[in-house]
Amino acid sequence: MTVRERLREKISAAFYRHGLLCASYPVPIILFTSASILACCYPLLRLPLPGTGPVEFTTRVRDYTVPSHEPQGDLGERPDWYRGPPVAYIQQVLVKAAVSPWDSTLVPVDVFRSPLGRVFSLLEEIRNHVHNDGSGVRSLEALCLQVTDLLPGLRRMQTVLPEHGCLLVSPGNYWQNQRELFDSDPDLLKTVHQHEPKGLHTTATLRDLLFGVPVKHTGVSLYSRKRVVTYTITMVLGSYDARFLSSLRARLRQLHPSVNCSLREDQMVHVHFKEEIGMAELIPLVTTYIILFAYIYFSTRKIDMVKSKWGLALAAVVTVLSSLLMSVGLCTLFGLTPTLNGGEIFPYLVVVIGLENVLVLTKSVVSTPVDLEVKLRIAQGLSNESWSIMKNMATELCIILIGYFTLVPAIQEFCLFAVVGLVSDFFLQMFFFTTVLSIDIRRMELADLNRRLPAEAGMPLPKPGPLRPREAPPPPRPSPHTITLQTPAFRNLRLPKRLRVVYFLARTRLAQRFIMVGTVIWIGILAYTDPAGLRTYLAAQVSEQSPLGEGGAGGLPPHLGVAPGFPGPGGDPASTLSVLPAPAEPTPLPENQSQGHHGAPRDVPLQTQAPPLVPQISWGAEDEEGWRKLSFRHWPSLFSYYNITLAKRYISILPVIPVTLHLSPREAIETRHPQDTRHPPPPSLKTNDLPADLTLYKVAALGLAAGVLLVLLLFCLYRVLCSRNYGQNGVAHGRRRRGDLPCDDYGYSPPISEISPLLLRGHSMDIECLASDGMLLASCCLAGQIRVWDAQTGDCLTIIPKHGLRRSSSSGCWEQRDGWDAMGVAEPENLGGGTEPGGGVFDEDEGYPLRRRTTPRPALFENQPDLTPLIDTNFDSQPPSHLLLTPPRDGFDFGGLVERAYLEHEPPSPGLTASYPSSSPLSGPPPQRRRSLGYIQPPVPQGQGTPDWESAVWAMELRGNLIAAGRSSGKLELWDAVEGSLRCSNEDGVSGITALAFLNNRIVAARLDGSLDFFTVDINKPLGLLQYRGPPGRSNMPPSPCYSSEDVISCQLTRSVQCAHQKPITVLRAAAGRVVTGSQDHTVRVYRLEDSCCLFTLQGHSGGITAIYIDQTMVLASGGQDGAICLWDVLTGSRVSHVYGHRGDVTSLVCTTSCVISSGLDDLICIWDRSTGIKLYSIQQEVGCGASLGVISESLLVTGGQGCVSFWDLNFGDLLQTVYLGQSSDGQGVRQLVVLNNAAIVCDFGSELSLVYVPSVLEKLD
Amino acid sequence: MPRLEEHCWRRSCTSRVESKNYSRENWVASKAEEMMSIITSVLSNVYGSLYSVQTANLIRRGLVLFTVGVFLALVLNLLQVQRNVTLFPEEVMATLFSSAWWIPPCCGTAAAVVGLLYPCIDSHLGEPHKFKREWASVMRCIAVFVGINHASAKLDFANNVQLSLTLAALSLGLWWTFDRSRSGFGLGIGTAFLATVITQLLVYNGVYQYTYPDFLYVRSWLPCIFFSGGVTVGNIGRQLAMVSPREHFFFQTVYS
Repeated sequence: MTVRERLREKISAAFYRHGLLCASYPVPIILFTSASILACCYPLLRLPLPGTGPVEFTTRVRDYTVPSHEPQGDLGERPDWYRGPPVAYIQQVLVKAAVSPWDSTLVPVDVFRSPLGRVFSLLEEIRNHVHNDGSGVRSLEALCLQVTDLLPGLRRMQTVLPEHGCLLVSPGNYWQNQRELFDSDPDLLKTVHQHEPKGLHTTATLRDLLFGVPVKHTGVSLYSRKRVVTYTITMVLGSYDARFLSSLRARLRQLHPSVNCSLREDQMVHVHFKEEIGMAELIPLVTTYIILFAYIYFSTRKIDMVKSKWGLALAAVVTVLSSLLMSVGLCTLFGLTPTLNGGEIFPYLVVVIGLENVLVLTKSVVSTPVDLEVKLRIAQGLSNESWSIMKNMATELCIILIGYFTLVPAIQEFCLFAVVGLVSDFFLQMFFFTTVLSIDIRRMELADLNRRLPAEAGMPLPKPGPLRPREAPPPPRPSPHTITLQTPAFRNLRLPKRLRVVYFLARTRLAQRFIMVGTVIWIGILAYTDPAGLRTYLAAQVSEQSPLGEGGAGGLPPHLGVAPGFPGPGGDPASTLSVLPAPAEPTPLPENQSQGHHGAPRDVPLQTQAPPLVPQISWGAEDEEGWRKLSFRHWPSLFSYYNITLAKRYISILPVIPVTLHLSPREAIETRHPQDTRHPPPPSLKTNDLPADLTLYKVAALGLAAGVLLVLLLFCLYRVLCSRNYGQNGVAHGRRRRGDLPCDDYGYSPPISEISPLLLRGHSMDIECLASDGMLLASCCLAGQIRVWDAQTGDCLTIIPKHGLRRSSSSGCWEQRDGWDAMGVAEPENLGGGTEPGGGVFDEDEGYPLRRRTTPRPALFENQPDLTPLIDTNFDSQPPSHLLLTPPRDGFDFGGLVERAYLEHEPPSPGLTASYPSSSPLSGPPPQRRRSLGYIQPPVPQGQGTPDWESAVWAMELRGNLIAAGRSSGKLELWDAVEGSLRCSNEDGVSGITALAFLNNRIVAARLDGSLDFFTVDINKPLGLLQYRGPPGRSNMPPSPCYSSEDVISCQLTRSVQCAHQKPITVLRAAAGRVVTGSQDHTVRVYRLEDSCCLFTLQGHSGGITAIYIDQTMVLASGGQDGAICLWDVLTGSRVSHVYGHRGDVTSLVCTTSCVISSGLDDLICIWDRSTGIKLYSIQQEVGCGASLGVISESLLVTGGQGCVSFWDLNFGDLLQTVYLGQSSDGQGVRQLVVLNNAAIVCDFGSELSLVYVPSVLEKLD
Repeated sequence: MPRLEEHCWRRSCTSRVESKNYSRENWVASKAEEMMSIITSVLSNVYGSLYSVQTANLIRRGLVLFTVGVFLALVLNLLQVQRNVTLFPEEVMATLFSSAWWIPPCCGTAAAVVGLLYPCIDSHLGEPHKFKREWASVMRCIAVFVGINHASAKLDFANNVQLSLTLAALSLGLWWTFDRSRSGFGLGIGTAFLATVITQLLVYNGVYQYTYPDFLYVRSWLPCIFFSGGVTVGNIGRQLAMVSPREHFFFQTVYS
């Protein structure tokens, strides 16, 4: 044993124990895992929140020094970006000017013309200010940030923004800082407005830049109520000189004293700007995220066979995400600060860590045998995959380790995160995901318990009641002619393309979801960037209510935090203002009033309705940091005009210098432009508010109009696309006429097809066995009557036993003549009603309950005896295994009961006698007839032995013109199909024959006791075997050997394998010289046909075998009660693939050259890829159908349903057509379906046979 | 930005030539076959047949690959755009289409050719690619490819040798993780070689030039990018070839 193997075993054992642990204590382990995730994520709290909003830091002005570049250890709350000099210092001079006292002779323009005019003198004052002390002379020119050139794309701003020299902006820039231009400007507002961009803009506009305060606060408007004009002169300084600034401050204060000003002047704010993410960078980012989501989607889609797909997918994603968080948290804990852009590398990290292990785990656990205990399943699944998981993990770690040696810091950091992430992901997989998986599997088991129990017991329910609880109420059917497929996705018949597109949109509610997601994202963005000043508003509310409220945004403690947001121009600062009480209010100072205010109490002008005669200039805390009300893009955009980026850098904003200007009315009049008086007098007070909000109304109106337009457009689209009026046809939909074509919910009917079934009538009871060799068709009903039909025309050729001869003496061969046109509906239904329990009791062909009549009889047959209470007698008490081993074939003799019931319910329906004019024993209950027939010798007893009428035919095969019938008594009979004579019989076996295979001249019979008998059919005249019947038909079917009636045919038992299986053989198939048997004992055996030698015993199922498929190409597929499907290699006996597809038994299996089709008790049809074993898709069918399958051509699948057969396109999974077999489709499921070579299918339909030709395929074959 | 421009451009040119080199006759034949199949498909539509022709399938695959190529070209181009992005959306649109208009279509064509070539070669060699054939793996592959481009565009390396070696290791890792087939490796190498040669020729003829050429006339990491691009597109192409008969169906089940 090599080291590798030993290691492997150890790992496997460790994983096994771990799986047991996880499945045993799910809750404590999940709690433990959550706790450790939280603990590892705790260091993340110290990381700054990611985002593009600026971050600020406040220092005191007094002892300010330019921070050094080197990090100086831990300096308390000092953020790490606060290093080195800022890009610029911003010094704002906040000017509030008013004409006072207000004169009624003044025109509205006077509110702002003369105050704005004063900006030029102020500018001059600032520019010329020189501070002279011992160390030298300083002027603004020396200190300010020198700009050189505007960006080339900004030519239109060339006239407004300074192009060289000091970066000094003020409203004066509109007029090139020249008083003359200002004076000669006839319309100031127009000048201001002409630079505004059209449309809605969230970024800083030119007006914001020049005025330095939000538009609403400037007061430059004709409708200003306060009549106070506010603007700033913004100086951008390259270097900081405290003495110059303080002298400037003193000078301005001296010139324009603001007596009531109590602004704080001791704090400067440093604002750090994050990286701007432009569209160009966003697109690749978004792309990587889209790829990431596609990856997650395609990965989690593969999770199958679990209780809650969504839950597990969520758990998988949570596993990966929290492992990433843990990795970042752990790295931070140990001192590594992430420098990479988290948002950018995140998708790559997820992709590197991957979801593969999780999926592998799920698949491995799911594919363990279902009948094991949950604990063991988890443990087994884990240990199965342990080696590959460990190997993968080691490989990935190695790769990442190699990446670590690239010595590129970014890659190294990435690799570090990836390594820690991988390890924590492994941890989470082992503890978190495994536990979640065990919980899920347990849930599934619980949920399946009810469903699976009857199926696993293999016990026929004695009453014709439901098999599964969920079937208990039969699904409401709108009309007997509608096939109700459960998933609407598969309801698309061949629809036009455009309708498909629309239905697709409607089905998936794409538009709705898009809008929803869009709204959520938009709201998120809104809340994140906070353009509406929501956070400021909230902060204001909070501070208003708190006793410590020191007012608004300015009161933020000087620690690191996200800036409280800059209300954009579109925001609602007015409301903020109105809720903000003046901070000085509680302690009103006498200075808190402007000059010339005649002792009026601190009557806040905002609350008074009448315009005050004397405009009040008040300074509040909101003026302290007026720049906060600007857009947070204000400074970056200002600097970006000069190609200076603020990304990852910071600026320092110095405390504002307040300047109060009071102008006399005379001065205002003097500065008037002649055209100013042409403006209308101020409108009435009521309309004062309106213009400010006019944009809002405009937007609202436009939005409303757009909405109406959209609705109209959609309505038109609807009219165009859906020409039908659904409202009127609603009634017709509800109750469709019988015989109407099926119609899907969208009102689309498929084109009327030429497919119409040919009903072959004649059997008096339900058809049990069906066999065909392409030309002939043999069927056997419960009554033991065998009929042979011509598969091409549907004529009844022979009836065995030949009591038909007897009857023909009185009524002729009535059945085949007028069988399917003149006969009333009542007759088969009556008989069907009478024999209903017989059909629902036991599946004679396969020995276990596949077919059950689940739908109770409809109320249509009220006059018929209700036999259900009579039947439910003695099956309850029998244990299932016992029942299986010794099927109570004889115990089912309910003839007496039926007879009694019929006697009680006299009179019988008139249709009965009408249909049976001969009043033969057939009109009585079938068993009685059977008994009576038993005493009638066959008319031509040719062969040796006598036919056994007592026992039922359990299996039947047809080759050439020989019918091999296996009876419940163990007798094998060979009948001549054309003449209806018994050619030979063999009574070697005692146990009932459950299945027959007839290949070449050999017959294989599987018996109930698990033994397998090989018979050889010998014909005394060997030439007879070489005779071929007629010319080959139009189909290219292989010619069948024909036995002439003169030959003496003997059937000899060549070999009997006594204990082929431990339990009853359920399936027997023969092809390509092999005989394959499947049994209840979970095994499949392959025998060679020639020498009846057992080649292989295939083990792999954990339930009884229920379906086997083998064809000429030696492909063997088997399905079992465990829902598993195995593909085997017949040559080597090895298992090619093993998949679980069904919950419950696999009822039927068919292969084409490329795929395997299986149907199960869960009414699911699964289509698998034959080579890889990957499930391609599945079709959910109506409850209670889908037990029978047939493949007509490579791409055409036919399934039997309730009274109908459906044709499917295998390539696309589309339902092509549903063919209804008859008028009375109530509860008559198609249980057997045989595909003939000439592209016709035959299926049983109660007591009738239905022959359906598929025209299109016929054409193709020709 | 110019780097990628050129690279896209080179790649497209390469694969154009490639297609000529590899299978000129085949190409003509397949074109004729395509036309024939179009005609037959039209005819079969006329006759109401539901059977899709295999060549229609081929065209559909080609279209999907073309779209993927165009999209990747645009996005990777943007990825290489330098940081100084202005704030105005109209200029963003300008940068989005900053390259010449024919670059995305050429990249798309190249992707289509390479992506169709891979399954074709697989089937000719008779060794169908079975390794990790699922969409999740393909998505992972695309993500890694974008990541390699990202690294080449945004990471600061000490020198060109380091950058090239790192990218070469990454590309090989990509191939090992997602492909592991000889044909894939060969075709990737072929793509890279041809593309680089043609790039050299183009630069030599002065059609374009690189800012910091370190490998004759081009950047030395160019072959790595070509190689990983070829492997990625081939991966997509193989997956499409595998599922495309049921592609239609996929989109039904996906949303049901």
